[in-house]
Amino acid sequence: MTALVIAEHDNATIKGATLNTVTAAAQCGGEVHVLIAGHNAAGAAAAAAQIAGVSKVIHADAEYLAHGLAENMAAQVLAIASTYSHILFPATASGKNIAPRVAAQLDVGQISDITKVIAADTFERPIYAGNAIATVQSADATKVITVRTTGFDPAAATGGSAAVETQAAQADSGKSTFLGSEIAKSDRPELTAAKIIVSGGRALGSAEKFNEVMTPLADKLGAALGASRAAVDAGYAPNDWQVGQTGKIVAPQLYVACGISGAIQHLAGMKDSKVIVAINKDPEAPIFSVADYGLEADLFTAVPELIKAL
Amino acid sequence: MKIIVAVKRVVDFNVKVRVKSDGTGVDIANVKMSMNPFDEIAVEEAVRLKERGMATEVIAVSCGVTQCQETLRTAMAIGADRAILVETDVDLQPLAVAKLLKALVDKEQPSLVILGKQAIDDDCNQTGQMLAALADLPQATFASKVEIAGEKARVTREIDGGLETLEVTLPAVITTDLRLNEPRYVTLPNIMKAKKKPLDTVKPEDLGVDVAPRLKILQVVEPAKRGTGIKVPDVATLVDKLKNAAKVI
Repeated sequence: MTALVIAEHDNATIKGATLNTVTAAAQCGGEVHVLIAGHNAAGAAAAAAQIAGVSKVIHADAEYLAHGLAENMAAQVLAIASTYSHILFPATASGKNIAPRVAAQLDVGQISDITKVIAADTFERPIYAGNAIATVQSADATKVITVRTTGFDPAAATGGSAAVETQAAQADSGKSTFLGSEIAKSDRPELTAAKIIVSGGRALGSAEKFNEVMTPLADKLGAALGASRAAVDAGYAPNDWQVGQTGKIVAPQLYVACGISGAIQHLAGMKDSKVIVAINKDPEAPIFSVADYGLEADLFTAVPELIKAL
Repeated sequence: MKIIVAVKRVVDFNVKVRVKSDGTGVDIANVKMSMNPFDEIAVEEAVRLKERGMATEVIAVSCGVTQCQETLRTAMAIGADRAILVETDVDLQPLAVAKLLKALVDKEQPSLVILGKQAIDDDCNQTGQMLAALADLPQATFASKVEIAGEKARVTREIDGGLETLEVTLPAVITTDLRLNEPRYVTLPNIMKAKKKPLDTVKPEDLGVDVAPRLKILQVVEPAKRGTGIKVPDVATLVDKLKNAAKVI
């Protein structure tokens, strides 16, 4: 039994989500191999070889693998899939894009967003926006899985010494082309990996207010900034800050929700946080039902006070 | 250009579901059901492409129990031309639905298949990608913008950290993200008109597809409850609690 982890990387370094996925892979039993498919990705392959618990790194390099197009990535995984009992992807935008394509071509069901490995064929995963936890058992020969990264501790990024093996690149599908990307530049910790997150909702009222009120608090705490869907839809914050069922799933040490009512869909993305603080002037807001510490106050006075007190 | 849109009947997004006490699943008896929100966005996008003269026909497809007819009528009230129900009582998992859709794609030969990015009940986010794999079509998932030009579609996708733009050759599979569009409200006259539009029913056997579930659900439980929190009177107490009781700052 050997598990294959499909690494998420930027060709030079490994993304953090890969480390959590390695931990889940190790819990499935047997060896853990990592696939680095990309372009000029020797740096990422070398970094993968350092991850504790990884016994082999497979490196495939081609120009058309540079941007992780699903068609080409899936073909690359399928070329070696038959030798693995488990194929795991982080449940990121990239992993979710590719994993089902691999599963369908292997004619196996895919198991999404697992939060726990119970046995080599049995897993826990949340359904209905996290309002129920299902234990599922797969009878398929190969288990194709995406891993909710907040459900597993990251593997140590150093201490391993895996051999790096080169895999021939599969042909370009020619059916899709990468044209470009707009990646938001940020000096803040990445939302999904941050220890502290401060998140704003509709009550902020405008993008200027969001920036004026929330940014100093995030700076003070060294926190990542998040937002509710209402705040994102209203244009107060960029899309990729959205926390919830359809945005990012986070589980920081501290989550501070300011002016967020706490709809089911938002709670799905943050209710596994260790400590939740809610600042809201509506005493009936559902967010107070999950908050460890609730402060019933106007955020425009409470947040500046909080910054001063820190 | 013909477009197929896949729609799913799910528990309404405003309903807080209850887990059955015997752990066999979620109680959906007598619960309000509606069209999966992402699928509404998919139907809206297909209808807008038709209104812009890019598409000639929009076919809504749903797989599941007889009541999915209501979901298909809603899709037709938004503007789909006709509907196909693949009727079965079997608990359908994404691979089975992808195979059923693949059979319909073979039959109808659409230029575009649009699905929601995920259903809010099983939260799988698999069907569109699986269909693309089975039909050997390119995929553009989590789309927030779609432009059709000739034999190609240019799609902006929501990814972690920002946006990316792809070009895929048609036919292709697209899955919708929240920000692709704002679905219209259906009007009463359109609901009435939708009743007259054709709705065909087929069985999985007619399509030669084995829909047996691949994953066995052993049990469904409620998530662990959080301890009861407290309300603090002021900011000073809050900071004190975070520093000394929770020790998180």
